[in-house]
Amino acid sequence: MEALILALTVFVLAIFVGVEIITKVPPTLHTPLMSGSNAISGITLVGAIIATGSPTPLLTTILGFTAIVFATINVVGGFMVTNRMLGMFRRKD
Amino acid sequence: MLPDWFINLAYLIAAILFIVGIKGLTHPRTAVRGNRLGALGMLIAVVAAMLDRQVLSYEWIIAGIIVGGAIGAIMATRVQMTDMPQMVALLNGFGGISSSLVAGAALLTAVALDGANVALQFTISGAASGLVGAVTFWGSLVAFGKLQGLIGDIRFRGALPLNATLLTIALAFGVWLAIDPTANWAYWGLIGAASLLGLSLVFPIGGADMPVVISLLNSYSGVAAAAAGFVLSNNALIITGSLVGASGLILTSIMCKAMNRSLPNVLFGIGAPVDEGAASDDEVYAGKVKSAHADELAMMMETARSVVIVPGYGMAVSQAQHAVRDLVHELESRGVEVSFAIHPVAGRMPGHMNVLLAEADIPYDQMKEMDEINPLFEQTDVAIVIGANDVVNPMARTNPSSPIAGMPILNVDKARSVIVIKRSLSAGFAGIPNPLFAAENTLMLFADAKKGALDIMNALKEG
Repeated sequence: MEALILALTVFVLAIFVGVEIITKVPPTLHTPLMSGSNAISGITLVGAIIATGSPTPLLTTILGFTAIVFATINVVGGFMVTNRMLGMFRRKD
Repeated sequence: MLPDWFINLAYLIAAILFIVGIKGLTHPRTAVRGNRLGALGMLIAVVAAMLDRQVLSYEWIIAGIIVGGAIGAIMATRVQMTDMPQMVALLNGFGGISSSLVAGAALLTAVALDGANVALQFTISGAASGLVGAVTFWGSLVAFGKLQGLIGDIRFRGALPLNATLLTIALAFGVWLAIDPTANWAYWGLIGAASLLGLSLVFPIGGADMPVVISLLNSYSGVAAAAAGFVLSNNALIITGSLVGASGLILTSIMCKAMNRSLPNVLFGIGAPVDEGAASDDEVYAGKVKSAHADELAMMMETARSVVIVPGYGMAVSQAQHAVRDLVHELESRGVEVSFAIHPVAGRMPGHMNVLLAEADIPYDQMKEMDEINPLFEQTDVAIVIGANDVVNPMARTNPSSPIAGMPILNVDKARSVIVIKRSLSAGFAGIPNPLFAAENTLMLFADAKKGALDIMNALKEG
């Protein structure tokens, strides 16, 4: 139970942090914000790596492997495409 | 092998880098650096996970990272800027499904170890992650199909009770799992019901509502990751998932406000009440619409000093952003002051127009938000509407019984003269005529966005 409350605390506080900074992102950057947040939501890769690398039955390994593939697409695709888009935004010279 | 505290410290550093990275996105100048900090955070988190003492073998991990990394890199470098909504839809879905799979794998492992003694926190958050992740995955695939033009809007009677039933079934499987954690089938039953729910939720939703749907699925993918974090008691997942969840939710609410619709209203496909006494196309347009040739428009622009361009989805469809840029350069070389007015829901996702214009080398300080530009239309000589319709319909302001009544619009009609580049007088998503097209000060150029912009530019050059 204690672990649950602790996790809940972290969850709620992080939401406040998220709301605080994301409301400051200008509409011009809303598309990169979405692709960039996609990239970081690929953090499930961490869970997938632990599930896949642990000595577990084959079914779990396959589930973990599939999760790694999807999460890595998110991470690599998300950061790269965001970088590509942001590189296009320039000031008036 | 590293001690747990060290790995958890690495996760904390990663989370800090994500937050600082998103903070970088608050300004275009710092955004590239912010994104790179986020990527660095991810690298740290991944290396830390690999050094976890539970990880004993690396073959599958490396293979998965190579396959996923290659697919991701190809997608990111190949995708056209006009197709960015599809790309984001897919990424939302992939994030959702990977969280579901991780939660499923963790449940299987825990049950194999502890049998029926698995903690309640574990099963409940596992069920939550599975439910939200599967809805996100299938919903996003449908959104992708719609954006790509593979599937149309499929509306059916009883969508609401069907969705309610599917949700109840999924929740029932979740409760079963909480009571008997060894019932693995209940988890897969839940995934099945949630998958159907994801499909039936997004199938009826129309194209112009896509900005809301994509933002919401973005939020869901974060929630699924956070729930997976509860399963694994992993703070990196919880913090990051809630950041993404918050981000998607904020965008969703901005999109809903910009359409003057409530979220349930969009989700359940409840359109605004049909206005029985509404004017038909004929009443609005007959004898009043003035069509013009590119030469006349060029002549009109020769005397203009300020021009505001209003891009819409039509610009994306005809890939007109480069032609528009050329027109802008031509106007600027004549000393005309040009800016862009961007409605929050122009296009198919938040910020869609800005990315297209940035791709065409339009500086970001030339792109103006609705609240910033609206007071300036009265001093604008010419407003050029390119492939936009409902977001410039003055009926939203003037007719309280219109389906779009109260929706904030760009006050294009206040400009001295208005040019609308549009293929025909066909209605926008709201399905209503637009009095702007028949207004005294409006000239229509019936053409595809790209051809229209090029024609005016060439006429300007020759004239």
